[in-house]
This record gives sequence, C-alpha cells and structure tokens, in this order.
Amino acid sequence: MLLLALDTATPAVTVALYEAGRDGGAALAASDEIDARRHGELLLPAVDRVLSEAGRGLGEVTGLVVGTGPGPYTGLRVGLVTAEALGAARSIPVHGVGTLDALAYATGLDEPFVVATDARRKEVYWARYADARTRVAGPAVDRPAEIAGEVAGLPAAGAGARLYPEAFTGVRDDLPAHVSAVALGALAAERLSAGQPLPGARPQYLRRPDARVPTGYKAVTRT
Amino acid sequence: MADEPLVLGIETSCDETGVGVVRGHTLLADAVASSVDDHARFGGVVPEIASRAHLEAMVPTIERALAHAGVAATDLDAIAVTAGPGLAGALLVGVSAAKAYAYALGKPLYGVNHLASHICVDQLEHGPLPEPTMALLVSGGHSSLLLAPDITSDVRPLGATIDDAAGEAFDKVARVLGLGFPGGPAIDRLAREGDAGAIRFPRGLTGPRDAPYDFSFSGLKTAVARWVETRRNAGDDVPVADVAASFQEAVTDVLTRKAIRACRDEGVDHLMIGGGVAANSRLRAMAEERCAAAGLTLRVPRPGLCTDNGAMVAALGAEMVARGRAPSALDLPADSSLPVTRTHVAAAH
Ligand SMILES: [Zn+2]
Repeated sequence: MLLLALDTATPAVTVALYEAGRDGGAALAASDEIDARRHGELLLPAVDRVLSEAGRGLGEVTGLVVGTGPGPYTGLRVGLVTAEALGAARSIPVHGVGTLDALAYATGLDEPFVVATDARRKEVYWARYADARTRVAGPAVDRPAEIAGEVAGLPAAGAGARLYPEAFTGVRDDLPAHVSAVALGALAAERLSAGQPLPGARPQYLRRPDARVPTGYKAVTRT
Repeated sequence: MADEPLVLGIETSCDETGVGVVRGHTLLADAVASSVDDHARFGGVVPEIASRAHLEAMVPTIERALAHAGVAATDLDAIAVTAGPGLAGALLVGVSAAKAYAYALGKPLYGVNHLASHICVDQLEHGPLPEPTMALLVSGGHSSLLLAPDITSDVRPLGATIDDAAGEAFDKVARVLGLGFPGGPAIDRLAREGDAGAIRFPRGLTGPRDAPYDFSFSGLKTAVARWVETRRNAGDDVPVADVAASFQEAVTDVLTRKAIRACRDEGVDHLMIGGGVAANSRLRAMAEERCAAAGLTLRVPRPGLCTDNGAMVAALGAEMVARGRAPSALDLPADSSLPVTRTHVAAAH
C-alpha cells in the first residue's frame, strides 16, 4: 500500500508518501511548511517534491489520505479539493482522516490527553483522547475558558493548547504543535490494514457560515 | 492540436461552479452548478456559502462536463482556470482543483483572467474575435469598457464603474421595489409592462467634463429609492413597473452611449457585450438599435454564455494554447484583485 497523505486544515501544509507492508510502514519522503496564508500556492509543489524525492510516480499511489479538519475553512478546502481532484483524475480512492486524530496519533501517548488547534476568533478546535488511537470527546470548537474544567491538567498537544496555557495547564512542549502528513498516512495505513473503513473526504467545519438575513428594507430618505 | 486545442475550463470566482470543455472555437460541454438559491434569503452572495458549495460541486461538475463532451481527461491539451478577479476563497477551490487535474494528467495549466474570459467566450458563438475588440462587460461584480488588441496578452481598461457595478444597482433597486435576489431578471420582466419614459432618472457621469468611459450607478440607485420612498410616505401607490422600466432605461442608456462613443473614439467598428447584465433584454435591444444607427456590428453571446461559466475560461485557455502562450506554474496563486491587464498568470522564469 502506497499512500499519498496531505493536510492543509491548519497553518501546516504537510505532505507525505507513506508505504506500508506486512511488517509495518515508513514514510518515503515528507514535506512540512508552516504558512497560514499560502496553502494554495504551497501544496501542489510540495506533492511534486515529495513524489520526486521518493522516486515514485502518482501512478504508483494506491490511496490518497487527506486531513478533514476541523480547521479554518479556506485552507481546509485546498487539501480536500486537491485530494479529490487527484483521486478523480487518476482513479485513486480518497480517504479522510480527522486532523486532530492525526495529531493525537503522533503523540504516541498511552494515557488520557487533549489536542487543540487554533480556530481563530479566540477559540480552539479540540478533542480528548484516552490514548493516541482513541478519541473520547470532540472534535468541537470552543473558547478555552469555557472548556478549562475539562482540559486542565491533561497533557495537551497542538498549537491551540500552546496558545492558551491558562486553560491547557498540562500543555507539553515535547508533544507536537502541528499535524504531520506522516502521522496521517501512518494512521490511515494502520486502519486500512486492520480492515477498518475510513470515511470519505468530508470537511469538518463545525461552524455555520457567517451570514445574516437582512432585517428588512432600510430607507434612504430620513423622515 | 495547435489550431484546435481541447481544453477544460474551470470557473469559481463567485457563486457558479462552472466547467466547460471546448475544442478551439467549438463548445463541447458547459456544466454549471449554482448556489444562487442558497444566497437569495441573504440578499446577496455570501462568500463562505459559495466556497462550501464550490467544494461540494467541483469534482462532480468536472466529471459531468467531461462525460457530456464525450472526451477522456487524458485527451485534453490543457486545463484552464479563473485565477482572478473574484472572491478569494471561492477562486481558491477552482485553482486548487485545476492544479491537481493538470498535475495528475501531466497537462499544462493556464490561470486566466475572468474578465478576458467573458470577452473570449463570444468566439464559441460568433467565431474569431476581430482585433482589436471593444468590449462592454456588465455584471453584479463588474462594469468595464475594455479595448482588447489581443485577448491573450493585451487588454486595456478604458473605463469602469467608480461605485456600484451595474448588476449591483439592479439588485439594490429590486430590493427597494420588494422584488427578490438576484434583481436583474425580476426587473427585466417587470419593466416590460412599464413605461420607460415615465420617470426621468439621472444618467451618472454623462456631463461634458465627466470621465467619458467611467460609470456611476450609486446616484441612480439612490434617486430611485428617494422617488419610491417619497411616494410611499405620501401614501401614494408606487407604479413599480414604470419605476423598473425607467431605471432600466437609465442604466442601458448610459452603458450603450458610452460603449458606442468608445468604439467611435478608438476607431473600432464593432462592439462585444458580455457579463450577466448582457442577458438583459432592454440592453440587448437598445445596443442593437444604437449600433445599427452608428454603423457598428454588435456581438452578444446567448444569455447562458454571458453569465459566469466554465466554457468562457476554456475558450480563453484554448486561445492561449493556440497562440503559444506560456503556461502557469503549480504555485499559481488565486488573486482576488487580478488586474484586467493581466490576461493570464504565466510562470516566472
Ligand atoms: Zn463575471
């Protein structure tokens, strides 16, 4: 199984080519860039670089894995539409993996912990885990102060936790701040090898679009 | 291949997910998924709603266009996409999809200008454009007079709206009159039952010292609102059909007058009109009359090709390939304010 994994749901633009066989798997090449404003410009060149570094062609890839968020929408959509389009153009199946789940997997922790990424507007996307493979709550989007009681003291990974240490009091610098496509690919490979189906590439927005129905007609003339 | 390139075009600058397939000047498929109904209750396009709809519709619409055209993706000579101007988040969905298809298929990518595409689409309807072409582009997002000596490399802005776009004025007046969104079709329909000479609304920027090719529709919109409110406040009935017809007359009068003057000043013997407002029946009729009187040939694509669509992007992409223009790079950005003078975004060398 040769998986091309990518995630643009957070400031990380991350791509990896992951090969899995009977006795485990490994990343053949990977690219990680942190730039919240240029997902669209960075992603395809990174895909091209990763494939050529690994000396493999897109035609050899057996599956695409894409992070489904949650994350700020504009970036999130870049990864999703790219994976779907690559998959459709080459008839490769596309699998979705939660971005927080991949971050959790990368911690390797065997105890309860929490993962949080920056949702902007003073909120975080977050989820709680029993161990690196088992999500027990979330994903959700909240103000850190509102969830402080649920997350205080737990080991915490992710840039969202580092941003709000007063709520995430157990935040640890040795745990990853950003999601990596290597973890995304490894987690997907593990699940697929175990015969667990992965969901499709559906975005997790968690918020409604900002839009207000106009409150009736506003007069131009003053009476 | 050089003469008749087979090109797929993707358009996501506003609320239409458009994908077209053309071979040279021949239209093979024009698939559109619109989210316009999702915006109606907000009285205008909501960017995030449009972007979400683009993501859902993007790949299915591409596959539908290819199936309808009866061509395999591997047969394409190039992929073209609107790189701008437009809504940033919406553009990015199309640009990302186009890059992925171009990369996966090993085909050149062309990030092209939305406005130049609106002009170029007429080649699918009326054959090769004369050079130079004079174009009046009018829609909810733009109102421009453009002179295009070469649609693939040289488009010059002569004038544009200094406030509202023409289509925006239609939407706002429709709201004043209690008609729905989008306002253009509603006003067009209602105006047929009204007297276009009933009320003399102002013609913006038509004084002797005003910029000859610029437009202004904000004052007109306010004048219509004032007129209607004065009636309403006095307890009088509002003759909505007459208001719609008189407003529409003012807009089309200014648009056609300035466009014909530009043709005369620049020595161009024909006029192309495009954009969503070009579907307006009064604008088409008045332009025909006045062009005939001025000895100009008028070119207006059918309404389905005037509104935003993928075929127009494919048409410009095909022209880029035919003329040997340099393709775009994989790091092509979506540029919400791409100037009209940049007909396409070629790779840096
Ligand atoms: Zn347009």
